[in-house]
Amino acid sequence: MSKTVTDVICPFCGTLCDDLVVVTDDEGKKILSVENACAIGAEKFLHSSDHSHRVTRPRKLQEDGSFKEITYEEAIEYTAQMLVNAKKPSMYGWSSTNCESQSVGHEIAELCGALVDNTAAVCHGTTLVAVQNVGIPSCTLGEVKNRADRIIFWGSNPAHGHPRHMSRYSIFPRGYFTGKGQKQRKIIVVDPRCTDTSSLADVHLQVEQGYDYELLQALRAAVRGQELTGDIIAGVPKEKVYEAAEMLKSGRFGVIFFGMGVTQSLGKDHNIDAAIMLTKDLNDYTKFSIIAMRGHYNVTGSGQVLGWQFGFPYSVDLSRGFARYNPGETGTIEVLKRKEIDAMFVLGSDPGAHFPMQCVKEISKLPSVAIDPHITPTTSICKVHVPVAFVGVEVGGNCYRMDNVPIESRKVVEPPEGMLTDQQFLEGVLKRVRELKAN
Amino acid sequence: MDIVKLTLTKVPDLYLEAENVTPDHFAGKTAQQIGELHVHLGNQTAKISDYFSVEGKGGETAADTKIVIAGPTDKVKYIGMKMTAGEIEVQGNTDMYTAAWMAGGKIHVKGNVDSFCAIGMTGGEFIVDGNAKNYLAASYRGDWRGMQGGKVTVKGNAGSDTATFMIGGTIDIGGNVDVHLGTHAEGGKIIIRGNAKGRVGGQMVKGDIFVLGQVERMMPSYILKGEEEVELDGKKQMFQVWIGDMGERHAKRKGEVIYGKIYVPTGAGETAAPAIHTEKRKKLTDKQIEHLKEAFKDQEPTVQQVRTYIYDTFDVDMKPMQVSRLIDGIKR
Amino acid sequence: MSEYIIKNGKVYDPKTGIKGDVADVCIKDGKIADKVSSKAKVIDAKGKTVMAGAVDIHAHVAGPKVNEGRNYRPEDKLFTYKPTGKNTRMSGGFSIPTTFKTGYEYARMGYTTVMEAAMPPLYARHVHEEIKDTPIIDEGALPVFGNNWFVFEYLKNNEMDNVCAYIAWLLKTTKGYGIKIVNPGGSEAWGWGENCTTVDDPVPYFDITPAEIVKGLLTANEQLGLPHSIHIHSNNLGNPGNYETTLATLKIAEGVKAKNKFGREQVLHHTHVQFHSYGGDSWVNFESKAKEVAEYFNKNKNMTMDLGCVTLDETTTMTADGPFEHHLTSLNHLKWANVDVELETSSGIVPYVYDPNIKVCAIQWAIGLELGLYAKDPLRTFITTDHPNAGPFTRYPRVIKWLMSDKSRQEMLKGFKHSEKVIAATNLASLDRELSMFEIVQMTRAGPAKALGLENVFGGLAPGMDADVVVYNLNEDKIKNPEEIETAFSAADCVFKSGTMVVENREVISNGNKRTLWVDAKVPENKQVERDVQMKFLKFYSMTINNYEVSNHYVPNPYVIEVDSN
Repeated sequence: MSKTVTDVICPFCGTLCDDLVVVTDDEGKKILSVENACAIGAEKFLHSSDHSHRVTRPRKLQEDGSFKEITYEEAIEYTAQMLVNAKKPSMYGWSSTNCESQSVGHEIAELCGALVDNTAAVCHGTTLVAVQNVGIPSCTLGEVKNRADRIIFWGSNPAHGHPRHMSRYSIFPRGYFTGKGQKQRKIIVVDPRCTDTSSLADVHLQVEQGYDYELLQALRAAVRGQELTGDIIAGVPKEKVYEAAEMLKSGRFGVIFFGMGVTQSLGKDHNIDAAIMLTKDLNDYTKFSIIAMRGHYNVTGSGQVLGWQFGFPYSVDLSRGFARYNPGETGTIEVLKRKEIDAMFVLGSDPGAHFPMQCVKEISKLPSVAIDPHITPTTSICKVHVPVAFVGVEVGGNCYRMDNVPIESRKVVEPPEGMLTDQQFLEGVLKRVRELKAN
Repeated sequence: MDIVKLTLTKVPDLYLEAENVTPDHFAGKTAQQIGELHVHLGNQTAKISDYFSVEGKGGETAADTKIVIAGPTDKVKYIGMKMTAGEIEVQGNTDMYTAAWMAGGKIHVKGNVDSFCAIGMTGGEFIVDGNAKNYLAASYRGDWRGMQGGKVTVKGNAGSDTATFMIGGTIDIGGNVDVHLGTHAEGGKIIIRGNAKGRVGGQMVKGDIFVLGQVERMMPSYILKGEEEVELDGKKQMFQVWIGDMGERHAKRKGEVIYGKIYVPTGAGETAAPAIHTEKRKKLTDKQIEHLKEAFKDQEPTVQQVRTYIYDTFDVDMKPMQVSRLIDGIKR
Repeated sequence: MSEYIIKNGKVYDPKTGIKGDVADVCIKDGKIADKVSSKAKVIDAKGKTVMAGAVDIHAHVAGPKVNEGRNYRPEDKLFTYKPTGKNTRMSGGFSIPTTFKTGYEYARMGYTTVMEAAMPPLYARHVHEEIKDTPIIDEGALPVFGNNWFVFEYLKNNEMDNVCAYIAWLLKTTKGYGIKIVNPGGSEAWGWGENCTTVDDPVPYFDITPAEIVKGLLTANEQLGLPHSIHIHSNNLGNPGNYETTLATLKIAEGVKAKNKFGREQVLHHTHVQFHSYGGDSWVNFESKAKEVAEYFNKNKNMTMDLGCVTLDETTTMTADGPFEHHLTSLNHLKWANVDVELETSSGIVPYVYDPNIKVCAIQWAIGLELGLYAKDPLRTFITTDHPNAGPFTRYPRVIKWLMSDKSRQEMLKGFKHSEKVIAATNLASLDRELSMFEIVQMTRAGPAKALGLENVFGGLAPGMDADVVVYNLNEDKIKNPEEIETAFSAADCVFKSGTMVVENREVISNGNKRTLWVDAKVPENKQVERDVQMKFLKFYSMTINNYEVSNHYVPNPYVIEVDSN
């Protein structure tokens, strides 16, 4: 006998597919199969249900470099003491967890005067900065499916990063006004390299690496019918720029999807700024939207919860008892490089793998705690590693898709016995922090 | 004018926030009262006297007050924030937000300053003898009103994103600037006496930028309008005038479209496009791999151990995924 | 629960007809009581004003566009923050405050119930997450229906039972309170970059007009007998000459009688009427048509309105009227955010600086106040700023001051840079009416509560009603300077929410016990609608039907109003 759970949300990428079917054993302990998911999503479910390789109790780093098992109570005590005693602790991550946990974490951060930052710091934070400068005309992914006839992928390769994006929302689906699916759409890919996504494109603009900003501003000038200086614009022949501008203007509903290729290459927020302004300009001729290809499944949610609680989407500094925000100063990479913080708490992210080595070394010198179901490069350099249940597999909770649509994730199996969830662990820390602060 | 002398006596272990160090806050106060004012370090509150020795006294008003700051103030933020009058002289370096939201008076830093200095400035004068980092005289995040008035002079170099959303005032940089100068500007005057790294005047609506050295690569959305004789530093000089950003909206005045203008001295030309990326090496040489093999001989190192070793020994910052592939390769 | 007796205050309560007489108000077990025991805590309100907690019928305080507004305007927070207090979280922001500040500031002003004005159904869970994090005040949210594909198709085919069944289903699924209509048809047209600017402009591809949408939803609302009427933001908002569209919209409701068990008398609530009362045909000859619109309301007693007063601040406009925001950004060139929501609505956000030195802004300011002064029935006219569109809700005390004091209005009028032009384009200079305290109470308490079908719960001091009571340090008979009005209404001496003291000496002392209001309308089983919903989710939505409903734990403290529409 087995049990089937339908409409399961995939806790992998920002596409947040919600049509997975997961079959478990009768006791709801082991996952037997996963349908509808991409290879990465399916693997995430199947992998988590194999308990043999998992650490199920907190561990503390010893002098000799080995880890010793400790109780959850001891881990809570260490974490609370570390946060309460720090002058400027950083609480980083929050992208691979649910909104309920983020909310508890923020309350701890408020009490301890911490920095709160999410993984936007290393991916789409620049997008958020650009949005703050020029806004963002956007739409939900269903609008794309139902209306779009011009799709632009700029510096993103969904064929690899967001495997089901193209079939669910962007290139292939047939919607209300798009009954012919792909046949009705023109696909433009802007990428210095040839990728699996660019092979599907009607037009591939091979922009010179690092010159997206120039190309975007040139496109904007071309849309306005202005002259351009030079025959080759950022690696693209001038005629092709004008041709692309015409293709964009001639559509009825267009969307630009952009990824890390533009958010983290030279110019960063300026690239997105120009892409947004191109979208805005195109709305004088037709209908256009722009959507960020967010990575972690709930990095968007972290930005939302931070937004309604503190007013800023990431890199929030609560140290003075009020919220401040200025990426470049309050971002986690900057504060690590500048040695501005004296304790590090990581949950739902792996800075050990994604931060520059200089920052990783700084983390290893600080009092530090990492909350993560897996053993990761981060957990191996932090003083305490607290394993927790998998959000979206072993515990539910709210998440936000890349277009900010909230979807509640589901629990499909039980976590290994005695394991806490993120939220339970954080609630323990919050209670202890309150006690310590009262004294 | 009364003078208050602050000397940093204790270098903060983290960074100090000293927005109370302005003539506005010091005016009418004795040395002791000034010492009682707060400074902040993370979530801790301290007194100015915990970190500085205080001599002299504040003048009757801010305009009558001059503050002289000595000592290693590299880790002090927010000096002169929102100041409206009087004078501050810093003998060494300062950290971020020096002269932020400054409205009047004068600040003179004899050393270097960090990022976000003079952001949101509306008036007064800010002089830096050394270099400034990024976002000099830019707007605060999200604000479409950057520098609105006053004058910023940096004798050395300035970083990227200088003068974002500038709408008034003057910026004079003696050395070079990094990318993205005057982005979204809608007024004001910028003079760069050295070279500009590129993306000069991107998305500029209105305003004047002089680059007396070279512009590394002019935006394709700027058009060479011709040559013009313009007065600068009291001398008439010939400049090539570029107008743009043609991708941006522009208002009309008396039937004529008003563009942003970039002035480059005739004959300066632009340099050939250099490789913008000077990224760190991401691969190891064969020799280094041999070295690595030797170092971890007969061991089962973790990815993190190997990554750290590579960083420390060869100064190469590899991603864990690369390191993991490397280990697999070595094993084979 | 504790007992309180508020003694010797000047009490104003339209519900019981008390007009400033000195009386005692008793609170027991969270309700207003006839009497209390001797153990009751005594609050001395001598020389002060006592009234029920205020009800805001229309404000944008929670949800995706509000939060986008927060996140994309860091500059709105600069230097506004209040640190963490003993019982309060840190709170900041000016035009779009954080959820905590929203709850605290409303409570400090004596507001205890707020209706979130536009909830996109697909984002309902987000709205409720924010409501949950907004302390003290009771809140409900109005889902938007005016550009919904289901509604279009059922109305086009004249299937009234199906419309009703769909509405009931959506209210329950999204935990919504009533039917909001924003730019009917126009927001769908915006999916193609177009708009509907009159009530007869057909919606592209859907073969229906705004007039038909409004008429259909109005009929459905009364067939269902919901506590609130349709709540409409009509077409052509913000454009010179739009008062004709407004009147054409209102005409649809002419003569229709309300049908419900909640004491509601109106069949249509028109929101932020200030934005809809413009004459002229360009910004050059832009003028007030407040008189024409207000007189129409005065004649038609089955309609209510809220003002949407411009407060002359730097603020953030946000609405489900997508095409309007695009129009606005092309006027002021400030940052534009837009979200089109599949099958349901669109929305947009643009910051706006209402500069008193700009003629149009000053005229807008005058129009909002004119409406309040021309309106003859304060029980059908409610004070709002369409927060944050015409100004932040924290400016209500200032709007009240302007409405109560001719002197303060004349000073403003004289101070404008284009004073003469503003006076010429409006009637405000000649309006010397000063609203009384009792009228203000009608406009902020009894009136909105009645329009929401909550007259027996909120907005009054009759025994058995919820004990939402406010004491302001103000005496109507002894006001020397109009500024006293603004100061007193900005922060109450004390505020009770459901019998709990939440504000004392102008400061928040408790996070209260906030509730979420939603309406559960029972309709006959309707297989057709069930099938249509399944089909549309399968084919056109990007989410599965089983993940759409807002589960109960997002509404931890619900106040469910059941309606039997069988």
